[in-house]
Formats: sequence, structure tokens, C-alpha cells
Amino acid sequence: MPFIQDGSMFQKPPERSDAILVEVEGRSVLVPRGASAAAAALIAGLPSTRTSPATGEARAPYCMMGVCFECLLIIDDESSQQGCMITVRPGMRIRRQEGAREL
Amino acid sequence: MDVIVIGGGLHGCSAALQLALRGQRVTVLERSHVGRHASGINAGGVRSLGRDLSEVPLSVLGMEYWQRIREIVGDDCGFTACGHVKVAESADELVQLETRAQTLRCLGYRHEEVVGIDELRRLVPSIAYHCVGAMVVRNDGAADPFRTTLAFAARARLAGAVIEEGEAVVSIEREGGAWFVVGQRERYRAPIVVNAAGAWGARLAALIGDTIPLRTRASMMIVTERMPPFVSPVVGGVRRQLSFKQTSSGTVLIGGGQQGRVDLDRELGWVDVTNLAKSAAAAAALFPRMRAVRIVRSWCGIEAETPDRIPLIDFSAAAPGFINVFGFSGHGFQLGPVCGVAVADLVTRGATDLPIGPFTARRFSTAVAA
Amino acid sequence: MSDSFDLVVIGGGPAGLAAAVQACEFGLSVALVDEQPEPGGQIYRVVERAEAEGRARGLGDDYRRGLDLVNAFRACGATHFASHQVWQVESDGRVFTSDGTTSRQIDGKRVLVAVGAMERPVPVRGWTLPGVMTVGAAQILHKSIDLLPEPEVWIAGSGPLLLHFAAEVVEAGARIAGILDTTRSSISRAFMAHGTGALRGWRYLAKGLGYLRKIRMANIRRVTGVEAVEAKGDSQIDRVRWRVGSHWEEAPAKGLLLHEGIIPNTHMTMSLGCAHVWDAHQQCFRPLTDAYGATDVGMIAVAGDCGGIGGARVAECRGRLAALGIAAALGCITDEERDHRSEPVRREFDTHDAIRNFLDALYAPAPELLAPPDDVVVCRCEGVTAGRIREAVALGCRGPNQVKSFTRCGMGPCQGRMCGPAVTGTIAAALDTLPGTVGSFRVRPPLKPLRLGELAALGDGESAE
Repeated sequence: MPFIQDGSMFQKPPERSDAILVEVEGRSVLVPRGASAAAAALIAGLPSTRTSPATGEARAPYCMMGVCFECLLIIDDESSQQGCMITVRPGMRIRRQEGAREL
Repeated sequence: MDVIVIGGGLHGCSAALQLALRGQRVTVLERSHVGRHASGINAGGVRSLGRDLSEVPLSVLGMEYWQRIREIVGDDCGFTACGHVKVAESADELVQLETRAQTLRCLGYRHEEVVGIDELRRLVPSIAYHCVGAMVVRNDGAADPFRTTLAFAARARLAGAVIEEGEAVVSIEREGGAWFVVGQRERYRAPIVVNAAGAWGARLAALIGDTIPLRTRASMMIVTERMPPFVSPVVGGVRRQLSFKQTSSGTVLIGGGQQGRVDLDRELGWVDVTNLAKSAAAAAALFPRMRAVRIVRSWCGIEAETPDRIPLIDFSAAAPGFINVFGFSGHGFQLGPVCGVAVADLVTRGATDLPIGPFTARRFSTAVAA
Repeated sequence: MSDSFDLVVIGGGPAGLAAAVQACEFGLSVALVDEQPEPGGQIYRVVERAEAEGRARGLGDDYRRGLDLVNAFRACGATHFASHQVWQVESDGRVFTSDGTTSRQIDGKRVLVAVGAMERPVPVRGWTLPGVMTVGAAQILHKSIDLLPEPEVWIAGSGPLLLHFAAEVVEAGARIAGILDTTRSSISRAFMAHGTGALRGWRYLAKGLGYLRKIRMANIRRVTGVEAVEAKGDSQIDRVRWRVGSHWEEAPAKGLLLHEGIIPNTHMTMSLGCAHVWDAHQQCFRPLTDAYGATDVGMIAVAGDCGGIGGARVAECRGRLAALGIAAALGCITDEERDHRSEPVRREFDTHDAIRNFLDALYAPAPELLAPPDDVVVCRCEGVTAGRIREAVALGCRGPNQVKSFTRCGMGPCQGRMCGPAVTGTIAAALDTLPGTVGSFRVRPPLKPLRLGELAALGDGESAE
């Protein structure tokens, strides 16, 4: 099942020459400089950024300011990172975190 | 009323249950709410491993109660016999464990078993590579402390005990062969008082002229984010202060006795970051892959210890009809179910066959009988 | 090994920035610790970068005020710890931060908590579905990277930010599907109670009316008198439902942006044990402070929206007042000089604060908002519903901490930030008492989830015993 779908609730951002190339679920995505990893996931059209370890439900970023903890992502192999608090770097690998993080 | 129990923690509720089951009319007075302090927020270790020799007989007997916990309170309390493992990180430590096992065997106890590297790695696959062996008690386990305390309270109520929450004790007087206990809301009268007030036990005893040496302890705990199940037994170290347990929800509880600060009057504990770092370091040393795992919360529980770190379970030397049961020094949880029976014996028969001999008042009391 | 300063400011919004600038003017050594990579807080988010990219003008004149403030901060000589999350503050002035990899200790003779506000988390049916976010979240995305919502996104709730953002979207040439306005009071009713203040703050009124006009002229549907909002969908939102009176309506939706006002971010002040009071006007807890923002806990002062909602200009004034108070407390200026210098600041404060009572009255949230129906999830992290909380109350729980022990509500990564208001509200309603009586969650460190290894390293990195 493809994770990248159209249907993002946000319009594609304006193209800029200083855009940054990151990987979201293995696919290359161009995002504006200064975007957070959570924003990158939204721009890439991920329908959800994780599943809750407590309930199994699909979840996605809610507050974008570090309060809700719904944007927990695996970034460059490091689990449980608040995606909205991390600015993208070229080549950053962003993946969904399914359920509880691994040891 | 026949008995007033002061303190709605596990020991108070366990005593109330056993007393009620024997037809005693019991009222428990709890200053805050059931399970508010040590009983509700400890590591949940149901442990006989590593006990002071004076506690071993009672603890081993006590384990049988945990095995029947559902019968006793109508709830399994989240108890699993997942085993306790005390890890040796050097040859010296392993020798220490072997000496201990030998001592116990001489006393007739075989529950503590020394194992080598292979068995340790089988029991705890994620243990650090430098560990050389361990002491294991396979039938030890863990339970949910708050749930356990609530279950004892609920079962006690079902058996007829009354539990008054938000009822702090203001004063205690003895008159005409009975105790008069004044609470914030009501006054209570009974021939027997059981002091199960935990860290406040000495203060309460002082109200009747009983001087018990008790030092407040502020043991800290850490809980992590949820993880898939990766460790089953409760793990500790020999010299390293650590208690490491993964709960049924997948979070990991890290304790071990590092100290924070406590305000007994305000019933508040404060985490000490520097000491908490030592707890974290201990966990990371035995489980290196835990370094990247996130701590979600820490807290500081209010407990108290006696000078010899074993409890007080005895009639007061200062006055008749007053039983002290506190001072469990950070390891009272496992003893909760069996101590309730011991207290009920003391109340109804004046004595018990349970091995509580070492936990006398005589070893402390300097008070004169009223 | 720690860094020491006279003043450690936590938070890079208008209050923190203004306080840092003012404190530096008195020759105090100042550190400003900010979890964001760029100063400005939420209201002036990425104002420097927006300016450099030529976008600042489109974000309004107020935004430019932020630029001036940030420029003043950059020049003032304070040490700036950007992208540092504070995970513990001790009452003796020790501040523990993490840059994501390493923790450090920063000591202050005084600590100023200026961590701002958060959206009031109001649980509605389906709010945990992907595609449901806050208006603030959408505004952050717009300010920081020029993202705009798709036309099939709805906005629901009440408050100035709602209209402001909708107008912002229109101004940027985009649209939204509609606004579901849950405002209970009316402008006339609020005006009757607080007309004088509203008139003094006429600029704010004019702005608000301007937003409404823009929205109307763009033909964006605005439904008033909405009493309930729901997000529907399987694994993400695809419809929004709403009720006016007894009449339900439904529409397709690609997203839903919620907003029911903002509340002080009290997590840090509560962890410090500062006394808090329930503010009935703003329907939130806020720390008790004196005229200079000092709390009842030794070294700790508060400024800005985290001490009570006032907006950006009020936050600036409070920041300056806090710096004055701290400068006097540290002996840089006399109390007389402090009082003298604070006079013009207080006048400015009064001007910008005049509108507050009117806004609070107009946008007062309905009490039911924080006591949702049984099936609504209150604790997002652990999936605990309002019904489960009511069960716990029926079993004897009298407060949030007891409810937490019973239900796990508040035990997740957010540590009660998102569920706190609704837990207090649901318990208060169930017990028929006031939120102030019910209280709030005990807050314990770490204030943000912290890697075990990072905490371990703080203890001198001892690997073996």
C-alpha cells in the first residue's frame, strides 16, 4: 500500500530555488528551507505520521508547536522524535513510527 | 467499632481486609486517598530475592499470598511471576551471590539460585555483555501497585470495613481503655488502633508517646515511553542501585533508591536531577540499548526507613491496644498481603504464628507506658 | 560543568525578547533559551526569515513590530541558546536543557519563564483523526513556509485567531470551505459589559471587523451559533459535521482546523510548584505573580502569555516589567528607579490590555466544551475517553491526579498538556464544582521526553559503577 498519496490538506508550497531534498518513507520530496520534518511529512501527503502505541490508531501532527506529541517520527533512524521541532536538513530520512518504538 | 486503622496504603487496607473477614468492625482513616503514596507509586516488585535474613521467612510465606491474590481480593492485581534477577557484573560480585545462596541454603531456603552467563542471557537477552551471572528467584514477580492497593481497599469494603478518605488524624487520646481518634471531620473510638501510616508512622506514634526512629526517604522512579516487550523479569544489580521492570503497557520503570527531596507536611516529593542521572546511568550500564529510549516522567515517592532497614510490626511499648506496622524501608509491597494477616492475628489473638519476631518494638522503644 | 548568568530567560517570544533587551541595558548577563531555531516565539515566528524572503509585509504590520524586537535582541548582547528544549527548571535557578543530543545545565540568579501560550485543547468527536489540526498549526505552516490550506479545509471554533487566519488565507489568494463559528456571546452583549475597554482598544476592534469584512467579501461561508463539531472518517478525515440548535449538517472535508482560544502554558510554572489560580474570565489556570511578574517561588518570575493571555504587545510590556523587577532584585537599580521606569511601560500595558475583558467576554468558551460526551477521547496519548474519566469520578476520584492513577489519562508523552483542561473540566462538571477546586495534574520532570542516555551523561558520564 503506497504511503505517499495525493490528498494533502495543504496546497503545494511555492517553488523556491533553496528548497531542500529529503526522503519521506523512502521517496524523495522537495520541501521549503526551514520546514520542519512534520511539515515535510504533510507536504509529502502522508495520510498519517504514526500509529498510536496505546490504541493502534493512525495519527498525524495536530499542533505543530511541540505540545501534542502526535508528530513522533523516526528521523535518520532515531525514534520518537518530535517532527515539528526538527528543521529539515538535506538528505534527512523521515519515516513513520508504527506503534511503540523499538529498543 | 473494634479497630481503627490509620493509613490507607497497602498495609492499612490489607489489615482492614483481614480484620473485616474475621468479623471485626474496622474503620480506616486515610489522610488523602487510598494508595496516594508509597503503596501506589512504587516499582511494583513482588520480591523475596535479596531480603534481609530476618525478613526471608515472612517474605517466602508471603509469596504464597501473591500466588493466590485473585482469590484473596478478587483481582489479579496485574501480578505476574516473571522472576527477579540480580545481575553480577564481575567475578567478585558473583562470589558474593554464591556466598549468599550458600547462607540461605544453610537456613533451609533454596529460592535464591545463582546462574551463569548462558542462563542470564537466556533470561534477559538485552543485558549488557560484561555481566557474568546473576542471582535468580524464578517465582518472584511484579504487580501493579496502585491497582493492588485499590483491590485490597475494595475487598475490605466488601467485607464490611469502612474507609474514610480525606480524613487526616489530628489527635489521639486514650481514655477508659479505649482510643479516641480525632480526625478532620469526625471523632472515632475503638479499643485498638493500627498505625499503618507509612512515612508518617513515627509522627503518629509520637502522638501517644511512642518514639520510633524513622528516617524519611524520597526514592525516585523513572518511566519511559512505551516499547514492544523485550524484558520479562525484574532486573537489579549487586552493588549497582537499580530496579528495572517493563510493565504490561510496555513502559519501563526504573528505580533503585536514588534519593530526591521530600516535604512530609505538604506530602510532596521533589526530583533531584543529579541523583536521577545516576539512576539513568545505572539502567544504561546494564541495558546499553536503552540510551536512545525516552524518559517520559520521573517522580519521587515518600517512604521511610528504620535504622536497621527492617519493619516494625508489633504492639507499641508505650501504650496498650496500639499496633505499629510501618517502616518497611523501601521494600514493603511484597509483604502487604501477609502482614495484613499478621496484624489481624495480633488484634484478635494478641499474637501470631507468622515469623514477625525480629520486627519488634523493643528494639527501638524508649517510651514509658502511659 | 554549567554556564552561569544573572538572568536566564526561557522563551523567545515578545515577552522573553523584551525582557532580555531590557535586562542587558542594565548590564545584567542574560541567557535566552528557546526551543525554536529562530527568535520570535509563535506570534512572530520566523520573522527574520520572512523578512529576508520578502514575505514579511504580507503578514501584517504587527509582524514588523516583531522584527524590530528581534533585531533589538540580536544586538543586545544576550547569549542565545536556540533549539534548546528546557526539560527541568529548579527553584534555585538551575535550568536543564537539551539540544537534541546533549544536555547542559544553565544557572541563573533569576529565571524568567516566558514560554507563552498554547491553544486551548478542546476535545471533539474525531479530533484525533489525521487531517484535524489547530488553526495555530496552520498559521505556523503559513508563516514559516508559506503553506496554505486546500479549499476543502474547514475552520471551526471561536476567537480572534480564527478570523485572523481566515483573513490571512484570503489575503494570500487562497480560500477555505467555511467557518463554523461556535462563539456564544455577541459583540453587542460583550460591548455592553466592557464597552469602555473595547473603545480604548478600538484598533483591535477595527482589525477584527476588518477580518470579518475580508472573509465576507471572499464569499466564504460562515455558520454562526454552532454548538457541536465532529470530524468523520476512517483513518483520516473526509467529512465534517456540525449542529446549530437541533439541526445537523455535514460537508466533505480534506481537513479541519480547530481553535477555541489560547491558554497560558503553565507546564513549567506548575512543575516549579508556583501557586496558580483559576482565572474565571479566561477560563484557565495561571500563575500568581506580583506587579513585576515575580512568583511565590524564590528565583522564578513569569512574563507574557504564560502568565495570563494578553497578546503580543502586552507580553512585551510584561517582559520589560519583569526585567525591571529582576534588575531591582539584583541590586542594579533601586526600587525607586524601578518604579519610575515602570510607569511608561504600565501606561503602554493599559492601552493594549484595554480590549482584553471585552475579548474574554465575547469569546468565552461554553463550559460544555471542556466536559465532552462520554465517547469523546480526552487523553489523546492513551486513548482515554470522557466516559472513562466520569467512571473514575463515580468510583471516588476527586481530582486529575487520582483519575490519572485509575485510567492512565495524562501518562503519555504530552504529560497532560492536551488533556489537562478537559480532565479538570469533566471532573468539575461531574462533581458540580469549580475547576479551581478540582485542580490540575502534578507536573514532574522531564518537561519534555529526554533520552535516558542523555540524562545518564549529565551525571559525569560514569559508565561503570
